[in-house]
Amino acid sequence: MAMTQKTKSKIEVAFIYLFFLFMFIIIGYPLMWTVMMSINPGTNMLVTKLIPDTITFEHYLWLFTDPGSDYLIWYKNSLIIAVLNALGSVVITSLIAYAFSRYKFFGRKYGLYLFLLLQMFPALMGMVALYILLTTIGLVDSIWGLLLIYLGGQIPFNAWLVKGYYDTIPRELDEAAKIDGAGHLRIFWTIMLPLAKPILAVVALFNFMAPFMDFLLPRIVLTDPNNYTLALGLYNFINDQFSTNFTRFAAGSILIAIPIAIVFLLLQRYLISGLTAGATKG
Amino acid sequence: MATQTKNRKFDLKQPRNIATLLSIIPGLGQIYNRRFIKGILLLVVTISFLLAFWDFIDIGIWGIFTLGTIPRDHHSIQLLIQGLISVIVLGFGLAIYAYNFIDARKDAEARAQGKPNPTLLQGVRDFYNNGFPYFMILPGFIMLLFIVVLPLVFMVGLAFTDYNQYNAPPRNLLNWVGFNNFIDLFQIGIWKDTFLSVFAWTIVWTVVATTLQIVLGLFLALLVNDKRIKFKRTIRTVLILPWAVPAFVSILIFSALFNPTFGAINRDILSTFNLMIPWLSDPFWAKVALIMIQTWLGFPFVFALFTGVLQSVPADMYEAADVDGGTRWQKLKFITLPHILFATAPLLIMQYAQNFNNFNIIYLFNEGLPAVRGQNAGGTDILISWVYKLTFETNNYNMAAAITIIMGIIVMGFAFYQFRKTASFKEEGRY
Repeated sequence: MAMTQKTKSKIEVAFIYLFFLFMFIIIGYPLMWTVMMSINPGTNMLVTKLIPDTITFEHYLWLFTDPGSDYLIWYKNSLIIAVLNALGSVVITSLIAYAFSRYKFFGRKYGLYLFLLLQMFPALMGMVALYILLTTIGLVDSIWGLLLIYLGGQIPFNAWLVKGYYDTIPRELDEAAKIDGAGHLRIFWTIMLPLAKPILAVVALFNFMAPFMDFLLPRIVLTDPNNYTLALGLYNFINDQFSTNFTRFAAGSILIAIPIAIVFLLLQRYLISGLTAGATKG
Repeated sequence: MATQTKNRKFDLKQPRNIATLLSIIPGLGQIYNRRFIKGILLLVVTISFLLAFWDFIDIGIWGIFTLGTIPRDHHSIQLLIQGLISVIVLGFGLAIYAYNFIDARKDAEARAQGKPNPTLLQGVRDFYNNGFPYFMILPGFIMLLFIVVLPLVFMVGLAFTDYNQYNAPPRNLLNWVGFNNFIDLFQIGIWKDTFLSVFAWTIVWTVVATTLQIVLGLFLALLVNDKRIKFKRTIRTVLILPWAVPAFVSILIFSALFNPTFGAINRDILSTFNLMIPWLSDPFWAKVALIMIQTWLGFPFVFALFTGVLQSVPADMYEAADVDGGTRWQKLKFITLPHILFATAPLLIMQYAQNFNNFNIIYLFNEGLPAVRGQNAGGTDILISWVYKLTFETNNYNMAAAITIIMGIIVMGFAFYQFRKTASFKEEGRY
């Protein structure tokens, strides 16, 4: 009897591993395929092979060296937006979240409701107006206009996330500082900010990565290829003549996907803990 | 008691009432309270506000009602935006005005109780202390108003105008048409048919794709959590990979993989079974492909979430269940599931809301195609991608806005559930 119990358990574990293997193949196949495409010679999708006869890095080289390639310009644009978006969003949300976490003021509750509600409305819903607004202030087809939209759009979600984290910092700390005569900003600067570093790092990183991944807003706001971000530029690689540029697209995508994926894998547990803390404990 | 309060309210001899009444012109009440600097400041602020914004607000409010009267001269859309901005500016003005009343009354009351007027330094300090949370919020709040709220309100406004390809400023003036766009949406043949089929698919898409990703994520989280499984870290990392790769890249890759002529799925996999599935040109198969891709993209988030929460299920509950001879199934059903689903419900609801508005996957996979006879949306278009096409491809702004409002109402349903679920509000008033 004990023996059969044990065998049964072993078979079960074997099946679980088998299922994981199945999942690994499903997850790995498209990713592997992209890597293989990027080292396939030529651009004709009909003759590309999963395992190419000869390996070539011509597509990677093309991205960086060919005069017809705007890849580096797009990388630069994305990087500028990403750095400023990360810095700006940390400044704006850390201030808002501090007020919502530590102060009682008129409109606090409705402000929190507003954040929750606005989180669910995608930017696309107000796109026409944003486009007209940017045109009016002369920021259409400019990375600064795009940056402005990112900075405003991230507020509801991130303010909520950071506020959730601030709430877990013991209130006794800032009350003690207050008794010692520390002012509002001093408490914020010397007590809250150092303790909230982990969540602020997460906010910074995710807002750094967002411009690399977003495709829709740049597509609506930007028209000049010199202003493109990476996502938009890569999309146009395959959108113009689908099958002819796919190998270049694959190479270009891998060069963004790898750094982003590594950073993401290192940090995702902070995001998860931030999300669950914000949603369940507040 | 009631009459007494009433008397007190209308007694004009009371300084606090005089101060309040004088504050109709901002600053006078404060000057009456002998807080001269504050009073003069308020007066200056009021005058400069009126000087700076009077014309703008005047035109804005006029514009919002009329949308302009002379074609080519008046640009209805710009007038509408100016009108909305005027309302916001006016709102700020009124807030300062209200503050002026409250402040004058409070100071008068303090004086009546014989408290000495604070010194200038003290007054500034009080203002700083009381206003501090507002100063912290203000920059972000203003950005939020102009970048997120204003566009949404503008969209609501558009839904009640006749703004489309044929009737567009500056050549034509727009008009307020009431609920006509909504009536058209439900009565004119092609709009009605398209709306119903797109709406039905949006619901199916949201429910099926999201539920699949949650179920798969849950199942995998439970499996990895099993004590007998080794290499947990590696397995987890691989399972999270689809989330780590930028979604637009994966979707475009899938779109190539599913391509019927050169895509690997037909060419390398299904051809061994002598199958050729028209993934992109047949609406049914395109929908199947989309749901599979979204499951691939979406399960890692749920998996990571559940994995995190699973650690927090108290171990003694399982031990107690073991003592009582509970089966594995019972433990799952009565301990694990209630625990993790309760902890994550708001986030899972968010998943549904996100898929409801998941423009990226629909548009990047196939641009909402294939085309369908007798309707002006593609076979895989969901509401939001249809709105995108109506706005940027066919310039049917009014209809796009009307559909956006319907979407907004549905999203608010999600949000309403969220409000009730979110525990943080229960802590309100703790400080």
